[in-house]
Amino acid sequence: MTAAATDTLRRTPLHDRHAAAGARLVPFAGWEMPVHYSDGIKAEHVEVRRGAGLFDVSHMGQVETSGPDAEAFLQRVLSNDVTRLREGGAQYSLLCREDGGVLDDLFTYRLHRGSFLTVTNAANHERDFAWLAEHAQVFDGLSVRDAAADYSMLALQGPAARVILAGLLEEGEAPARMRTARARVAGADCLICGTGYTGEDGVELLTEPDDAPALWDALIAAGATPAGLAARDTLRLEACFHLYGHDLSEDRTPIEAGLGWACKLDTDFIGADALRTAGDPADRLVPFAFTGPGIPRQGNPILVEGEPAGVVTSGTLSPCLGSGIGMGYVPAAAASPGTPIEIDVRGRRRTAEVREKPLYRKEH
Amino acid sequence: MAAEQSYPEDLLYHDEHDWARIEGEEGTFGITWFAQDALGEVVFFDPPEVGTTISKDQPYAEVESVKAVSDVVAPMSGEILAVNEALGDEPAAVNDDPYGEGWMVRVRLSDPTERDALLDAAAYEKLVQKS
Repeated sequence: MTAAATDTLRRTPLHDRHAAAGARLVPFAGWEMPVHYSDGIKAEHVEVRRGAGLFDVSHMGQVETSGPDAEAFLQRVLSNDVTRLREGGAQYSLLCREDGGVLDDLFTYRLHRGSFLTVTNAANHERDFAWLAEHAQVFDGLSVRDAAADYSMLALQGPAARVILAGLLEEGEAPARMRTARARVAGADCLICGTGYTGEDGVELLTEPDDAPALWDALIAAGATPAGLAARDTLRLEACFHLYGHDLSEDRTPIEAGLGWACKLDTDFIGADALRTAGDPADRLVPFAFTGPGIPRQGNPILVEGEPAGVVTSGTLSPCLGSGIGMGYVPAAAASPGTPIEIDVRGRRRTAEVREKPLYRKEH
Repeated sequence: MAAEQSYPEDLLYHDEHDWARIEGEEGTFGITWFAQDALGEVVFFDPPEVGTTISKDQPYAEVESVKAVSDVVAPMSGEILAVNEALGDEPAAVNDDPYGEGWMVRVRLSDPTERDALLDAAAYEKLVQKS
């Protein structure tokens, strides 16, 4: 059974690079992906905080939207104000259902005036594309194309990321944060995006799958450390970035999830009416940190004043703080930073405290 | 960081990937190389209290890596005489030295004949090679 399931997993063009670097490969959203390499999660995490880590995120999907109606279409389906997305810019938004439930969270880049690239979560890509294609039908001057097979995607993250990139740039320049640029890097034509998922400065590089292995090799040779999905998760949780399927779902609205800043209700996106009439949410997603021992895990009950009141959606041991950290939904009255809470970790009550975002901030 | 795969011949093994070092009526327990490798870097060990009674085949402690939690199963029954307090500060000792510094509890065995149900190193190694 297991062997058969493994056979159907998709592999990125970097699969043999991962194996050679001692990766432990696991099934993730239909892909066989590196969860960590031989030095382990903590070492990779710390390297991204003080040097540069390189992640293969080729499992993520891409959708290209173009044509005279592309902006109007994206304005309808995405929660943010797409008219404010400049050429060469990046914007975070949600894809919502009519009732405000979240289908995915995504970054959209405006490549040219009427040409956009949207990056989807691997587990949601097919559903996202079907949703987009369905809602595209009422627009005329529009092409919505599944471009996932056209790109491999590498995330180079950490304080040394831009130094490493600069040494390999052959044509073009690196983009500023939240900007994109076309450039040639170590022989590969890339779309470089000044975005990431670690709370560090860095870039994401989109390139043709055939060019990805040589680009990976060049970045590693220039000093980047391979980092896997487990470190990506601990890094994003310290930074309090949401993970779909954990902190975001169809059962929660972006307002409950603290993503109201990415929802511009006056753009009348799908879901805006429901969010407008819903009023203040009963629950809020909050970051928290343990004040004693233990590690929270997804699904653990959260207790407020001793009573079950919420649930953990993400939890781990923070490699930088050395304590258990997580995010979870609690009643709005208990959402203020400093509120003491308890987490029921498999029958043992652990003490914790609601914190400000982010849970970890680098000292300057 | 992690130790090389090994299954010392002076230990007995439980098929839930725990080892026991038996000295008379006392035993020292821990988890095997195979268990720590499957778990990844151990970041938290939640020990039982000294004086509690543990039962063969039942969980008596929890060990956590960044990505997973695992019960630690008692290879034999008895009363906890000591727990490895050093794992509180250095849980990674379970990875670095699973049969030495990574020991978990010391137990007064209530039924030393339970050892007959455990595996020797060769039989245990055969078991993990199949999985």
